[in-house]
Amino acid sequence: MSGAVIRALMFGLAAFAPLAHAADAVPTEKDAVAASRAVKLAEQLRCLVCQNQTIAESNAELAGDLRRQVHDQIAAGKTDAEIIDFMTTRYGDFVLYKPPLKATTVLLWSGPALLLVAGFGVLAGVLRKRRTVGEPPPLTDEERARAKRLLDGDKPEDKP
Amino acid sequence: MNKKLLIPLAIFLVLSVFLFVGLWRDPREIPSPLIDKPAPTFKLTELHQPGKALGTDDMKGQVWLLNVWASWCVSCREEHPLLVELGKRKIVPIIGLDYKDEPVAGKGWLTQNGDPYTTSVVDRDGRVGIDWGVYGVPETFVVDKQGVIRYKQIGPITPQALEQTIVPLVRKLQAQS
Repeated sequence: MSGAVIRALMFGLAAFAPLAHAADAVPTEKDAVAASRAVKLAEQLRCLVCQNQTIAESNAELAGDLRRQVHDQIAAGKTDAEIIDFMTTRYGDFVLYKPPLKATTVLLWSGPALLLVAGFGVLAGVLRKRRTVGEPPPLTDEERARAKRLLDGDKPEDKP
Repeated sequence: MNKKLLIPLAIFLVLSVFLFVGLWRDPREIPSPLIDKPAPTFKLTELHQPGKALGTDDMKGQVWLLNVWASWCVSCREEHPLLVELGKRKIVPIIGLDYKDEPVAGKGWLTQNGDPYTTSVVDRDGRVGIDWGVYGVPETFVVDKQGVIRYKQIGPITPQALEQTIVPLVRKLQAQS
């Protein structure tokens, strides 16, 4: 093959290179608002494959497909709530990084606050007890007499 | 013994029970919100007859399985012999959803490993998979006569899951009108 043909082929390939990325839902530069909405939504949605990443971060193929869904639905004029709803009807609340407040998640949401209150309760109890421990009971007359003898240097009477 | 010392012990024991139970749970298994909901509809090209299309409407009135598979899916190989066996027993139609796969590769895979499917349809770009909440292939759904999803197996079908859950459920659903 001559150099010119190779060069022409390479040029042809380079011209098609952008298509390689077209399948992924990298927000287009067309609409900056839509792009930032897509990113914001993608950051709220969990990748089901690598569960500790959002679909914005994940390289899993499913994450790419879900980003594309988000992108397409924004283009179709869907609201953010509708897109979130689309995801939860298919994948459940698990797909949301921030779980919604409902009957089954009340403990999850209130747990930290309850623990904090309980912690303060225990702390208050401990402090109150420490204060009462700080004041020893008054000495009886007998004890007072014995202490006086010891302090005065007499031999203790109970020495064998 | 001071009764107050029992409180931390009790907390520890409760925590241990939760953690112990957690040991046996698979974090990859996310309960599907689609259980007991109408199956998402689709109409897709058949793998072997690209001129024809098969959809959820064609399956109305009978109990059927939807098995999501792909030629690139490693754990599909694990469950495939079970499906081939189930296909031979002719208990229930099994529809294969060839998920994000090259049709040529999918057909080749079935030739090589056996074809248990009544029909296979092609979900080239994975959109139907998303509608069905698919996130890890293989997955298997049991759909009843009314077109409602009644069970979802995430990951490969095991012999226990097949004999103790899927087949009994299919028979029960088939007995219903």
